[in-house]
Amino acid sequence: MNWESVIGLEIHVQLATNSKIFSGASTSYGAEPNAQACAVDLGLPGVLPVLNERAIEMAIKFGLAIGAKINLHSVFDRKNYFYPDLPKGYQISQFETPIVGEGSIVIALEDGEERTVGITRAHLEEDAGKSIHDLFPEQTGIDLNRTGTPLLEIVSEPDIRTSKQASAYFRQMHTLVRYLQICDGNLAEGSMRCDANVSVRPYGQEEFGERTEIKNINSFRFVERAIDYEIGRQIDVLESGGIIERETRLFDPDKDETRSMRSKEFSEDYRYFPDPDLLPLTFSQDLVDKIALTLPELPDAKRLRYIEALGLSEYDARGLSSDLDRSEYFELVVNACNNAKQATNWIMGDLSAYLNRNNLDISASPVSAAQLAALIARLDDQTLSSKTAKALFDGLWNKADANQDVDALIEEMNLAQVSDDGELTGIIEKLINDNPSQFAELRSGKEKMLGFFVGQVMKLTQGKANPQQVNEIIKAKL
Amino acid sequence: MSAGLEAGEYTSVELTNAHLDDIEQRNAESNCFITIAREHALAQAKAADAQRAKGDTTPLTGIPIAHKDIFCTEGLLTTCGSKMLSNFHAPYNSTMVERLNAAGIVTVGKTNMDEFAMGSSNENSFFGAVTNPWDRTRVPGGSSGGSAAAVADGLVACATGTDTGGSIRQPAAFCGITGLKPTYGRISRYGMIAFASSLDQAGPMTRTAEDAGLMLSYMSGFDPRDSTSANREDEWLRAIAHNGIPKLDRPLTIGLPKEYFADLANAQVIEAAQAELAKNGHTFKEVSLPHTQAAIPTYYVLASAEASTNLSRYDGVRYGHRCENPTSLQDLYERSRSEGFGEEVKRRILTGTYTLSVGYFDAYYIKAQKIRRLISEDFNKVFEEVDLLMTPTSPTPAFALNEHAKDPVAMYQQDLYTVPTSLAGLPALSMPCGFVDNLPVGLQLIGPAFREDTILSVAAQFQQITDWHQRHPGEKA
Repeated sequence: MNWESVIGLEIHVQLATNSKIFSGASTSYGAEPNAQACAVDLGLPGVLPVLNERAIEMAIKFGLAIGAKINLHSVFDRKNYFYPDLPKGYQISQFETPIVGEGSIVIALEDGEERTVGITRAHLEEDAGKSIHDLFPEQTGIDLNRTGTPLLEIVSEPDIRTSKQASAYFRQMHTLVRYLQICDGNLAEGSMRCDANVSVRPYGQEEFGERTEIKNINSFRFVERAIDYEIGRQIDVLESGGIIERETRLFDPDKDETRSMRSKEFSEDYRYFPDPDLLPLTFSQDLVDKIALTLPELPDAKRLRYIEALGLSEYDARGLSSDLDRSEYFELVVNACNNAKQATNWIMGDLSAYLNRNNLDISASPVSAAQLAALIARLDDQTLSSKTAKALFDGLWNKADANQDVDALIEEMNLAQVSDDGELTGIIEKLINDNPSQFAELRSGKEKMLGFFVGQVMKLTQGKANPQQVNEIIKAKL
Repeated sequence: MSAGLEAGEYTSVELTNAHLDDIEQRNAESNCFITIAREHALAQAKAADAQRAKGDTTPLTGIPIAHKDIFCTEGLLTTCGSKMLSNFHAPYNSTMVERLNAAGIVTVGKTNMDEFAMGSSNENSFFGAVTNPWDRTRVPGGSSGGSAAAVADGLVACATGTDTGGSIRQPAAFCGITGLKPTYGRISRYGMIAFASSLDQAGPMTRTAEDAGLMLSYMSGFDPRDSTSANREDEWLRAIAHNGIPKLDRPLTIGLPKEYFADLANAQVIEAAQAELAKNGHTFKEVSLPHTQAAIPTYYVLASAEASTNLSRYDGVRYGHRCENPTSLQDLYERSRSEGFGEEVKRRILTGTYTLSVGYFDAYYIKAQKIRRLISEDFNKVFEEVDLLMTPTSPTPAFALNEHAKDPVAMYQQDLYTVPTSLAGLPALSMPCGFVDNLPVGLQLIGPAFREDTILSVAAQFQQITDWHQRHPGEKA
């Protein structure tokens, strides 16, 4: 039988606020365990939550970016369950009325096709702490630093059909929240994690199959692998006559498999109800309108502009716009050198290769945007040849000094093309004298001999001669 | 007392020492203190005397008071009447304690209470029952029974209490003192251990309405740490420290809700109080609050629901009681909570968990919220016709110890006249208005939201022409 998989993702985005969603404690990563948990985070008796307004603004920003309905009235609920890293015995979340309603996002697939994925809702909630099982023998450590970190949980419709689409969606969300500057996007530190709801059904069947939920996936690659494994597992079960149980599963990247965590029989009743410690969250349309004015140009708009105004190819435009830092770097270069084509080639080519080789982010590039722009300008005015330009780029990379003047380095490395008529004419005349038979052949119309002379000039000038100029001088001698 | 300090007749240290000696000597009789804080109090008294020497005082500077053991107090034990927190030292003060400290008050101790403020008799305390100063075989009421008994016994002039469904007013009535439950949101809940967050409200328990007003003016105020705290400036409230309780500029129309006067053992006493108030020109009008009968079940559904999750944090993991040698996480939770909580607390956690569960939520919780709104609307309607409501505080005077211990529903009926106001979030005061069988009877005044001024003004008037509030248990009526 042919099977079709149906996938929906719940992405948890840690919002980049300085303090927690309901307390004044810092949200920065990497502090000593429990150093960033205040009385509110610890759930001490008598303490109360106070909502961080920055988190509201960020949620609204996100809602606007996906064209969603922003709910001017929403409610914080308590989600009740016991776990050692959940100090209050409940998580403050939004259940019935989320701050962000229905919206959608367009994802681009590898084959260039686009697909719209519906967003059901996005709501604000607090993160739990961390249980550390492998540090103390037979004991579990609790680190509550993460407790109360603001999360935006983005729930998609079951619009995704393949693991590739799922990772493209996750990536697209990553791009978007980075653009909006509402999340640092650091997957390794857990700033974005997702749960995947996966089911399969025979092709053509209308209704969904029973689904399982894979929890806590924190990389683009793992999303694909976890879903692929799970699809395969479900098909195997069904084809051998079994049935899929609604359950929560965990992805083990080391073994590349998902394992059952808990089944529906033990599913919890979270006893949601409105948190009486917090008033309903209400704000005016004015606030939404004000935030709308602060929205940056979004990835899609940027991509289209690159194509239409700058003449970039679809491929290049997507590559440059998919990452906020890369697009910012690109625009700095273009604005300074006014040559979008060269800027694209250098960023997508040499710079990307160098960065990848050294495992660096473009925001940490040793060659600054201003330096790359100056390099391109010297290419354009023919001070550099494409060959010497590469040498210069390598030189700039190794200097790794944003204050390094580009022209000074051209001089220092002796990379300027020889464009002086007198010097070049002298070299060429000497070559003609030394190679009379070759010159005679050229004269008699053997065009191939032109290449010989140009090559010799280049050799003598160590590649610094301006080839066009060399051509002109030789032709004049004919 | 404040005048004596001001005149230099005694210092706060002397006054505090005298109080502490008295409390240490007589606490065994009533058991109204869980913690007697001699060192802490004397340090505060010393500081208060130093403030006075600098001439920088408030009317509360150097006055010894007691806090209900539900308020977090840095440096002192805060038990909430529970084994669960019998070892808990809060690393912070509640906002209210902070405000009173800033006014120069001296905390002589923490008073006994029903565990987690759940009870109407103070019998549900891990630290033992409190006896009523008027009759040691009777209860002082609850849950702020320790505070009420301490004031009635003359151990302190003022104490703080909390009221979720009547926990200030009913013990005030049983012990013959004045107790004010302010409007919900008037006093910050930060650092006050939560029972039912949408109902809990702190308030003063004193001998006189004047003292209650003075205490209120220092206890109240907006607190950014409490999202439900009311952000408002009431001129009259800030002026109390200098001008006292505001005087009424006209006689009032006072409503008598008929649902509160059925089968009343105290009827004669309440009628006499009405006659006294009429002397000041106030007129009375029978009104109706038709949803009164639904208040008790509504209250127990909502308060228990909130309590069931408010008390989830007591899990033996981070602080509080932890069972010996847990064998698993589940075992740690089960035994720590079974051992740490008393019967009534467990009953309400179970009830609350049940009413919030899938399948029961709509039938109980949602329905109760709807009735809560109807009860609120009842009050809104009558306050279009009358300025205040006058009712008995409780159906009977203080009952005997153990009388209702086996019958929680009978105990819950104690709150019949106090619970509706709590559900509506309105201010209400109880003050002594006479005796039945040598037991004090409480008169309740209920006002519109944030109109504690009207309530206090009428109470002060009443206390000018009567002396019930000056009776002491020693010299019975």
